[in-house]
Formats: sequence, structure tokens, C-alpha cells
Amino acid sequence: MESIYLAIPLAPLLGAIIAGLFGSKIGRKGAHIVTILGVGIACLLSFYVLKHIAFDGNAFNGNVYTWAAIDGLAFNVGFLIDNLTAMMMVVVTFVSLMVHIYTIGYMEHDEDNWPKGSLVGRHSYQRFFSYISLFTFSMLILVMSNNFMQLFFGWEAVGLVSYLLIGFWSTRETAIFANMKAFLVNRVGDFGFLLGIATVLMYFGSMDYAEVFAKAPEVEGVTMSIFGAEEWSVITVACLLLFVGAMGKSAQVPLHVWLPDSMEGPTPISALIHAATMVTAGIFMVARMSPLFELSTTALSVVLLVGAVTALFMGFIGIIQHDIKRVVAYSTLSQLGYMTVALGASAYGAAVFHLMTHAFFKALLFLAAGSVIIAMHHEQDMRKMGGLKKYMPITYWTSLVGSLALIGFPGFSGFFSKDLIIEAVHASSTPHAQIAYWMVLIGVFVTAFYSFRMFFLVFHGKERMDDHTREHLHESPWVVTVPLIALAIPAVISGYLLYPMVVGDFFKNVIAGVGTEGSLATEMKDHYHGIFAFIAHGLMSLPFWLAISGVGSAWFIYMRKPEIASWFYKHFRWLHTLLDNKYYLDAFNQRVFAGGAIALGKGLWAAGDRCLIDGCMVNGSAWIVKKFSAWSRYLQTGFMYHYAFSMIIGLLGLISWVIYKTNVLGISG
Amino acid sequence: MGYLQDERVRDFGINSMLLDGWSLLSLLIWLPILGGLIVLVAGDKLSRITALVFTLITFALSLPLYTGFDASTFEMQFVEHHVWIEAFKINYSLGVDGISMPLILLNTFITILIVLAAWEVIKKRPAQYMAAFLIMEGIINGVFAAQDAMLFYVFFEAMLIPMFIVIGIWGGVNRVYATVKFFLYTFFGSVFMLVSLLYMYNMSGSFAIADLVKLEMGMTPQILIFLSFLIAFGVKVPMWPVHTWLPDAHVEAPTGGSVVLAAIMLKIGGYGFLRFALPIVPDGARELTWLVIFMSLTAVVYIGFIALVQKDMKKLVAYSSIAHMGFVTLAFFLVYAIQANTGSTSGSMLAMQGGMVQMISHGFISGAMFLSIGVLYDRMHTREISAYGGVANTMPIFAGFFVLFAMANTGLPGTSGFVGEFWIILASFKANFWYAFLAATTLIVGAAYTLWLVKRVLFGGVANEQVANLIDLNKREFVILSVLAFAVLLLGLWPEPLTHVMEVSLAHVVELAVQTKIPGAN
Repeated sequence: MESIYLAIPLAPLLGAIIAGLFGSKIGRKGAHIVTILGVGIACLLSFYVLKHIAFDGNAFNGNVYTWAAIDGLAFNVGFLIDNLTAMMMVVVTFVSLMVHIYTIGYMEHDEDNWPKGSLVGRHSYQRFFSYISLFTFSMLILVMSNNFMQLFFGWEAVGLVSYLLIGFWSTRETAIFANMKAFLVNRVGDFGFLLGIATVLMYFGSMDYAEVFAKAPEVEGVTMSIFGAEEWSVITVACLLLFVGAMGKSAQVPLHVWLPDSMEGPTPISALIHAATMVTAGIFMVARMSPLFELSTTALSVVLLVGAVTALFMGFIGIIQHDIKRVVAYSTLSQLGYMTVALGASAYGAAVFHLMTHAFFKALLFLAAGSVIIAMHHEQDMRKMGGLKKYMPITYWTSLVGSLALIGFPGFSGFFSKDLIIEAVHASSTPHAQIAYWMVLIGVFVTAFYSFRMFFLVFHGKERMDDHTREHLHESPWVVTVPLIALAIPAVISGYLLYPMVVGDFFKNVIAGVGTEGSLATEMKDHYHGIFAFIAHGLMSLPFWLAISGVGSAWFIYMRKPEIASWFYKHFRWLHTLLDNKYYLDAFNQRVFAGGAIALGKGLWAAGDRCLIDGCMVNGSAWIVKKFSAWSRYLQTGFMYHYAFSMIIGLLGLISWVIYKTNVLGISG
Repeated sequence: MGYLQDERVRDFGINSMLLDGWSLLSLLIWLPILGGLIVLVAGDKLSRITALVFTLITFALSLPLYTGFDASTFEMQFVEHHVWIEAFKINYSLGVDGISMPLILLNTFITILIVLAAWEVIKKRPAQYMAAFLIMEGIINGVFAAQDAMLFYVFFEAMLIPMFIVIGIWGGVNRVYATVKFFLYTFFGSVFMLVSLLYMYNMSGSFAIADLVKLEMGMTPQILIFLSFLIAFGVKVPMWPVHTWLPDAHVEAPTGGSVVLAAIMLKIGGYGFLRFALPIVPDGARELTWLVIFMSLTAVVYIGFIALVQKDMKKLVAYSSIAHMGFVTLAFFLVYAIQANTGSTSGSMLAMQGGMVQMISHGFISGAMFLSIGVLYDRMHTREISAYGGVANTMPIFAGFFVLFAMANTGLPGTSGFVGEFWIILASFKANFWYAFLAATTLIVGAAYTLWLVKRVLFGGVANEQVANLIDLNKREFVILSVLAFAVLLLGLWPEPLTHVMEVSLAHVVELAVQTKIPGAN
């Protein structure tokens, strides 16, 4: 089995290396074949591992090699394969495989996206495949890790690939601004994450998950002081710092600002990286660390509130977006908020379950949006679309499936996972859970509203595109539609895994609380009476009606009475402006952090380095030494080191004269 | 220290030294110097190939230092001992341990690349250029191998001469100012050390480093001697606030000069702390740890912001070097802070190893960054960032390398830049939460200045006519950058082969550093 575990990340890596370094030799076809082969192998093997681990009841925790060993502390590279890992591996490799296939169609005419004669665009097709395979490798390393260091490796490696892919079209100013922003904002998260890892190492004395978790009860009562005398629980500090990392990667407020901009990248990676997999790394990480988070109510409470704020307020922004990809991006932010709320409510299983269903339906929605974008000749503004249903039936129906799953329509996957989260928050004992409950409830309406606003604007109503575009409208090629269909299937049925995955003991011994008496997970299990009872209950509960009214209002406002929208726009102009400016967070960051850092750097350079150090200290001390040397020659005592000292002084006198001279002559640095 | 009691290990160490009758270290010092003289005689035409042959042979000869190294002892290996000046008991005494051996290898490795990088670029007096670097290589090997403080001092000062010449002859417009500043700063630093060495010679009657380590001293002399070491090595590192010579020297130096400066010379400062300051005046070092840590953290944070606003690429990388070397000095003094905070030295090995790996890694990365800038400078004859833009469009292969090295500079895991920073941040947490906090800001600030540089130089549309006419890497440049890329990735993915040889020697430094040498204190 060990060689299979090893082969799963290495197959995509090999594909990435071949396509990346020898892309010009093997050509476009060679590049996509070799990378799809690599990811395909990884996907098949992942399904096999899922069977081996989840159904045959195995688990694996072992090291591949020792990266370094210092003073008895081992830094290993190794794998921890349990049900959580196996599930993540399947999700990652499956979505990645679909995206790889889809990319053949999406990037077919990529040469048009580059200026003429640009050499960096010459083999961009191969390079793109290389990057997405490299991403798959990095993400697999992240989820398969059995220790904090390797987790951090994967964490940063996916960040690197995300950077490379957001800025893939490197001649576009917006793209290279967005990718730098994404990397830096993520680095803010990683800053906290690394300090969190340092906390863990200091108080648990290990990098290995199993050893750390085993020691958690011991450390529970330990405190540390950070600000003065006040004592903080070590676990709370560690969890909060680790969560800062999750906030960066999983785009939680206020570190969410990079995700909407990441839409500058090609759509396949928006689906793979910025919706289905990488952005869920933070959720995965917290779930993985659940034995620690479970011990800190303070940390959970923060997680809960951050998630709730993200879920609701990012949804609001989605309502006013015109760019089809941005709507999906804000819905991703909002859904990530839902997952985070679930984590905060101690419903880790529900969070991971939503992570999985979301990966399928959100990847589907993004790829469908991409399909629309191809048909529209890279037009992304929904105001120029409409009535696409009859031109693109497959895209239409799969989009419908994705949207219904997203809003949590009963029977579709999102229904099960989202309903579960809302129930869990309602039942949670984490402080502030009741506030969060109302926020996620309102969020259901908002989600339904913006999702179907987009759906109606794109596929129904008047055809608002120009004649030239309309004449060329047609369904996308099979490489695009097959992945859509392949993703639509799990977007429906994956919800039915509810019983085994969340309510059952699938995550026993993996996620804290599962199978323990009195925990939230156990409570939810007791209230569960079969899948149909769950659906039936869902039909009568508040979230369902909120979703329905969201869809209804969207239909009414955008299909029947568009004047309502303009009335709102006219009378609530301030609200629109606020949302349009994304609560002014970008402007604030740009001015305060970016501008502040540059101003600080300039100030330090002018005042510190040039004036104080070079001006006063260096040249000034030369002057003092010159004066000093006038009487230092009397200091002759007969000891050799005194002679040496006076030698120095004399020399310095000479030196200072030289400096003095050069300054007088006006030669300066 | 269980391994000391193991007689077999000890015997092996001693035997291997005796068997080394052929004076490997002397060869590594004098062969390149001889090579330099031969290159001078050979003349400009043959200078390149002759220099390359000598650097390759020297590198090949340095490899047995690694393969024949006994990692189980901290005792000096490959030792040589000859009386030099009997009257003052100055000896020609050489040897390496796990700390100096990797640095010698780094030196012999980097010099090859410097010769290659100058190949068709240096048109003015190539023979003298090559000779200067070969002689410098030998002298620097001497610095790392010297086991006699006076011999060390001689090499330490002699090293300045070829560097002075390199910047002075092949430098830029302001080279006179830069060389004078460089020379004065570094010379000013080291003379105080000379006073200290003479003082200790007066006390102990020996210049052997091993004897100085055993010398008992009171607190006041220890503090004064420590301060002299701090100035000498702090200028070399360079530490804030004695760093301002470095950006000037870098900007004026030719590419090869910058590479030696950043990749190797700065390391001598760090090496000096480990070899002299901590073992010889441990109590003084403990007393002034607060100062060194303050200076180091200032280097990391303050210099990071200054790097952000630089307009000259070389200056930016020079400031980035200072910030990265701040990690090294922080690391070497964490042992005291950790002991003060937790009562034990557990975790200080993480810092020591981190500091050493950071030095080696910075050798690769800064070398690569300066060579990359050299590649651009050779084509455009400017280092102004604003003169570039969209270079990736015409030099995609170069862009790939540059992004890799930039990522290594930001400490991305998987590259060598990660290893040291990671361990040092982990270790500094054991000393104080805020040390770790400030050190970790490099994650953000370091990424900001590096990626902003990348964005402005590589990405975007083609900025101007010159950029449009750029030609991608030639074979020679490709080889140089590939070798460095390989080194950066190898060390990042598997540091164990390096840390393994340093472990025992560094543990010994920790042991020496936490002892007290004040008479009567034991």
C-alpha cells in the first residue's frame, strides 16, 4: 500500500515536470496526455485507497523519509491516511481530473490571449497543464501529510501555484496585481499559521499530528503570557494562530480580499483552486486539528463568528455583481463561511461534508460559467447575456443542477450539507451560536437570490448580446460538456452520503467528538431518522422556504419587474455603493497597509539609513576620531596591544581624513 | 556528551587526521592562490580556461572534506600544524569541523560559478579579474580553516585586498567611494578584534583558538572582548546599524564581486560568532545577548521595509541580504535567550542549525539573485527597476529561473530559503513570543519586496524597445543558473545531509556557549 500512497502525489508531479520542462518538445497533445494520465492514475488509486481505508477499515500513518533530525527532534515527510484524508484525496483528484479534461477545450485558443511575439505565451498551453498538475501534487501533499511541517509545505506550495495561475496571463496588469495581492494576503495568514506551528512545537514538543493530539489533554491547562501578566491558554493561542492561517487560505473576513481578484486567472483554475480544493484547505486543516480546537471554546467562538460574518456579508456583495465569475466567487466566499461556521459549532463532520458537496457543485458552476464565457467569446458581463438556454442545453441543465445544489434545494447535495450545518449551529453550545444561526439563515435567502439572479440573467429572458456573438453561439465541445455532466452527478448524489459520513461513524477517531457521548455529533446522530425523514423535515423547515422565496424574488425582480431593481438602485444608492466598493476594505488595505508600508520604508531609508547612520554616525564618528587621534599618541605604555590600539587610531585618523575629503569634494553615496 | 566517551570514535578521529599526510587544507588554500598567479602569467587569452580548470580542481579537492568527514566528533579534522613565528608562538595551524567544512565547500563551489559568469562579460583585464577571484578563494578557505587566531586574522584582513581591487577596477561609476567605505568599515571593525587577540595572548601566551576557548576571564574583559568581536563580525555580516557599506559596495561591484560578497564574505561574520565570540567569551555574549537580538530583529524588520522602496535591483537584493543575515545572528544568540526563558537549552540546536543552513542557503540564493541581475545588466546596462517591465515576454527561461530564486528568497518551503527561517522562527518562539512574531514578519515583508520586484521586472507587457530586443539565456548562463536552482531545491527538499555533518560541532558550540569562564564561578 505504501507504494500506492507514494504514487498518488508523484504521478501528477511527474506529469507536471514533463509538461513543464519539455513542453515544447512533446507539444500540446503530449502535454495534456501526460498530465491527464498522471492525474488519472492518482484519481483511480485514490478511489482504491478510499475503498481500502473507509470500507476495509484500514488506516496508515508512516514516514517516507527524514527531512532533517535536530537534537532528537525529527522533521519527517510522511503520510497519514484515514477516512478524512481518503475522502479529500478522492475529491481533489476527481475534480482535478475533470478540470484537466475541461482545460483541453477551454485553453484551446489560448494563443489569442497573448500579445503577438510574446515568447512566454508560446507554450502557454503546456505550461498551464504543468501548473494544474503541480497544483494537484501540492494539494495531495497537503491533505496526506502526517505532520505540521509537511502541512506547511503543501500549504505554501498550493499558494505558489495559485500565484502562478492567477497571474497566468502575465501581460495583463490586473492579473499580475491580483496574483501578488493573493500571495501577500495569504502570507499574512501564513504568518499566523507559522506562529501557530511554533506554539505547537514549543508546548507539545513534536511536529507529528498523532503525538500532538495525544498530548493535547496534558497541555490543556497550560498557560502562557503574551501581553504582560495576563495568562492565555496555550491551546487557545495555538488554535487562534492556526486559524489565522485558515482565514488566509480559506478566504475568511478580513483576509478574503484576494479571492474575488483571483478571478483574473483562467476559469478552470477558478474552479479547481479557488472553489473546489485549495480554498477549502483551511477548513480541512481545522477539521484535522479538531482534537485541539475542541479544547478551546474561545477559539471556536471566534471561528464561528468569523464564519458567520463571511457567510452573510460576502453573500450580499454577490447580489450586485455583473461579472458572472465574480458572482460565483462571492458565493464561494459565502459557502466557505458556512463551512467555517460549522467548524466553530464543533460540527466538523458537517463542515467537511459541505466541503465535499461544495467541491462538486461549485466546480460544476464555475466550469459551466466557463462554458458560457467561451460561447460568449470571453464576455463575462451578465448584462450582455440572456436566453442562452436554447443555445447551450447541456450547460443550461448542468448549471441548473449546480444552482439547485448551491441553494440547498431538497434532494440535491447542498441541501443535505447546508441543512446539517444550520441545524448544527442551532444546536451548538459554542458562545454566540444563536447570532450565527440567524446570520446563516438569512444567508440562505441571499444565496438563493443571487444564484438565481445569475441563472435567470444568463439563461433566460432577453438575448442582450450583439448580433455577431449571437450568430456564433453554440454548445461547447465534448471535452467541456463531459466534465460538466460528470460533476453534475456527484453534485446531486453526494448528499446521500449523509448517513455514513456525518451522522454515522465515518470520522470516528479522526474528528473530535464523533462517537463520544454527549457531543454534538452524537446528538445529531440521535436525531437522525433516515434520509427521507431528513428530506421531509427539510421541506417543512425554515431554510427551505427562505431558499424558495429567494429564487422567487430573483425571478420576480429580474424576469418580471426589472423596475424593482432600478427602484432599489435609486433609493438605496448608498447601499449599492457600499457593496460595490466591497465595504471599502480593498481601498483601506491599499491605502493603509500597502501605502503605509511604502511610506514607512521611504521614511526609514531617508531618516535612518541615509541621515542618521551614514550622515551622523559614519561621517560624524570619522570626525570625532580625527580629533581624538590628536592626543592619543601619548598613550604609549609598552604593551603590545596598546601599540596596536594606537596604530588603529592613527589609521582611523587617516581614514577619517579621506572620508572628510571625499565629502568636501561632494562625492556621496 | 556520550560520544566523547566512545573510545573507538575518538581513535577513528585521531587516526584519520594522522593519515591525512598530504595536507588537504593547505592545498585548498594555496592551490587557488598559485592558480591566480599562473592565470596572471598565462595572460588574458588563456585566463578564462586556466581559471576554470583551477576552480574545478579546487572544488574536486574540497569534496573529500565532506566524504571523508567524521560527523561523530566536534574535534578538528584534517589538521595541520607548523610553527610559523616562534617568538610570538604564532602557528600555521589548520583544521575543519562541521561548521567550517560546509562553508569551504560553498566557497569552492561558488567560485566556479563566478569564473563562468565572467566568461565573456569581463572584457577589461580578464586575467587580473580571474586572478583576483582565485586568490580570494584561497584566502577565504584560509579564513575558514585557520585554527590559530593570528593566522585567522591575517587571512581575514588579506581577504579585503582582492575584494578592494575587484570593486576598485571593475566597479561602477562611484567605485572609489564604495571601495573606501567598504575598506574602512571592515578594517575599522577588525582592528578592535586585533587588540582583543593581543590582550588574550598576553593572558594565555597562545594564539591557538583552542587555548583561547579555555582561557578564564572576568566579566569586564569578556564584555570588552565581546564588543570587539561584535564590531568585527557585525560589520562583516553586516548587522544593523553598521550595514550601510554593503548596499554601496554591491551597487558598484561587478557581478562576481557581488556574488562573493553576498554568498561567502558575509558568512565569515556569522562564522566568527560561532568560532570566536560564543566559545571564547560566553559570559560576555550572554550579557549582551539583548543587544545582538535587538540588532538582529531590527535588521529583519527595519531593513525589510527599506528593501521595499529601493529603485535599484542590486540595492534591493543587498538590503534583502541584510535582512536574511539578521536571521543568522538572531539564531546564534537565541541559545542564551532560550536558556533564560525556559531554563534549558532545548531548542537552541534548532536555532544553531537554522542559522547555519540559512548561511549556506543564502549563499546559493543571493548568489543566484546577483547572477540573475548580472544577466539583465549585461544586456541592458542598467539596474533601475523602472527600466524594465515584461522581461518574461522576451526571456521566458530566465523568467522561470528568476521566479524560482525569488520564491526561495521569500522562504518558500521546498527551497533552501525555507529551512533556516523556519527553524529560527520555531526556535525564537521558545525564547520569546515577540521575537518569533517580529522574525515571522519577514514572511509578509520579504514576500512583498521580492514579489513586487518580480512583478515590475518580469511581468506586464513589454515596457520598451530594449526589453523587446532582449535575448534569452545562453548556454553558459543556463548552466550557471541550473546548477544553483538544483542546489536551492536539493537543500530545500533534503537538508539532512548538511545538518547531519554540522550537528555534533554545533552541539559543542552550544555546550561552550552556556558555560561560564569567570574565574572561581565553577
